[in-house]
Amino acid sequence: MKRKPMILKIFENDRGGQIVLGVLAVVVLYVTFANLLFSEGSFLHISTYTVTLLGKYLAFALLALSLDLVWGYLGILSLGHGAFFALGGYAWAMYLMLQIGDRGVYGNAELPDFMVFMNLQELPWFWYGFEYPLFAFFMAMFVPGLLAFVFGWFAFKSRVTGVYLSIMTQALTYALMLAFFRNDMGFGGNNGLTDFKDILGFSLQDDGTRVLLLILSFLALVLGYLISRYIINSRLGRVAMAIRDGESRVRFLGYRVESFKLFIFVVSAVMAGVAGALYVPQVGIINPNLFSPLFSIELVIWVAIGGRGTLYGAIIGAFIVNYASTYFTSALPEVWLYALGGLFVVVTLYLPKGIVGIVKKEKNVTAVS
Amino acid sequence: MLPLYHENEKNVGDLKQGSRILLVDGVTLSFDGFKALNNLSFSIDYGELRCIIGANGAGKSTMMDVVTGKTKPDSGEVIFGQAVNLLQMDEPAIAEVGIGRKFQKPTIFSGHTVFENLELAIKDDKRFFKTLFANLKGEQRDKIEETLELIGLQELSKKSASILSHGQKQWLEIGMLLVQDPKLLLVDEPVAGMTPSEVEKTGEILTSLSGNHSVVVVEHDMEFIRSIAKKVTVLHEGSVLAEGNMKDIQENEKVRHVYLGE
Repeated sequence: MKRKPMILKIFENDRGGQIVLGVLAVVVLYVTFANLLFSEGSFLHISTYTVTLLGKYLAFALLALSLDLVWGYLGILSLGHGAFFALGGYAWAMYLMLQIGDRGVYGNAELPDFMVFMNLQELPWFWYGFEYPLFAFFMAMFVPGLLAFVFGWFAFKSRVTGVYLSIMTQALTYALMLAFFRNDMGFGGNNGLTDFKDILGFSLQDDGTRVLLLILSFLALVLGYLISRYIINSRLGRVAMAIRDGESRVRFLGYRVESFKLFIFVVSAVMAGVAGALYVPQVGIINPNLFSPLFSIELVIWVAIGGRGTLYGAIIGAFIVNYASTYFTSALPEVWLYALGGLFVVVTLYLPKGIVGIVKKEKNVTAVS
Repeated sequence: MLPLYHENEKNVGDLKQGSRILLVDGVTLSFDGFKALNNLSFSIDYGELRCIIGANGAGKSTMMDVVTGKTKPDSGEVIFGQAVNLLQMDEPAIAEVGIGRKFQKPTIFSGHTVFENLELAIKDDKRFFKTLFANLKGEQRDKIEETLELIGLQELSKKSASILSHGQKQWLEIGMLLVQDPKLLLVDEPVAGMTPSEVEKTGEILTSLSGNHSVVVVEHDMEFIRSIAKKVTVLHEGSVLAEGNMKDIQENEKVRHVYLGE
């Protein structure tokens, strides 16, 4: 018998993942060609605005995926996952800031504009090294991972669970938001970091760069999905679900619960950090609002609406809610927050398994009859 | 600092028929002034099947909590094998050294299939990195199949554990204990909610286990205890009231007074 390649094994029995990622692949390919091959004005052309929007949704989908890993499978409702996303975003934004060079308003080749404005004479020490893309990208993963490790180490060792843990994650992101809002933190205060010009030598204004970022975001999402699915399919994944369903029982079976939680929490934070690093160049700005508890809670709503504990449900949820958000905030801005709140209530009451749950239920019904 | 695994292995020592496997010595534990355990002392021999009885609040479940590391006592000593100090260890370490537990309320993982429940319990390296790449070995798979047959759940092995009846859940948990292959099994009310034929079969399983394992059964069902017990320990208000064979216990004045209410 020939052994199947690992990638196919991961997708075995995962119709939902095959469909969702397959559809996304087609959409990304279509958008890529429609943007690059057809000139503006042709009715087949797809605007660069749409390309960027899709790229942003993909980054959010990766973030939602990372949350589903800890919430759906490990049972930890993190209300502060936006913090890991924002930290990854800031790390990569620091690289982008240092690429501006003397093209800023003040024309200072050494310092970003906001530092000149604040009368800083030289780069603060924690900005050192961020001119190197590899270092910056490493930090975009390392910093969120380290924060998750330290936070998880103390929280899980002291066996904080449930609502208390959720509140602590919320406090964590809130504290970071307050810190990043301060101008003297050295991260641009409430204006955040913006005005990026180049990424790895390519102009961010180019359609080609935008399309490349879109494709990279898609590949990152696929990779994140494969890693998550691999973990969930392994025995470690089954231990994680067992922890979700009966933590103390798992201990009596001989599993050191804290290590399992810590591992998945850190993997998830790193994934969120990568998502943040992909988000920043496409959106063109990062500011402390990403640390706000509101954003993290919205993120939980995406996953709940899509259907938690399925991985692909998180991706669906991220797309649907963000598409709705884009549509409503331009068409009916005053209605959006009510619509989001209403949607969440409806889903919680009538669709405990989210949108994915509807499809699955119908399939079960047909299977029985 | 937790003792290292190989040290524990060494300290368990050479277990043979008749040597002591568990010593509980002078253990006291109070909750807000109420002494749940009061200078509790007893020991279990290797290969023995021991029943522990006692009224509600006598300290049976608390005693199990102390032995399995869930609760730390105020004073006293709990020694496993020749020299493993259980009071210094946490739950996973105690499970690893060879103590398995079945809870009063069947606690199985309802999100998993019957087979997966056994897979999670099976004796193996349980460090997180190992489980990421773990595969069932041939003999482990055989062991699970064998256990499924013993507990009568082969047909349901691919079904979610949440659909099991109460009695089946009890057996699944016993099965989890079996594949874990501990040296000492602590079994809390194994026959609660079982039909008479199920009770009988559970008794057979537990009896067949003793010999190669030590089994401690906490039960309320006196008939069940009569059917399996060789030696019985009676707990009362957190300490041992009497110990001996079933006949002696039934004739014991103190026991009749406090436990049987006569």
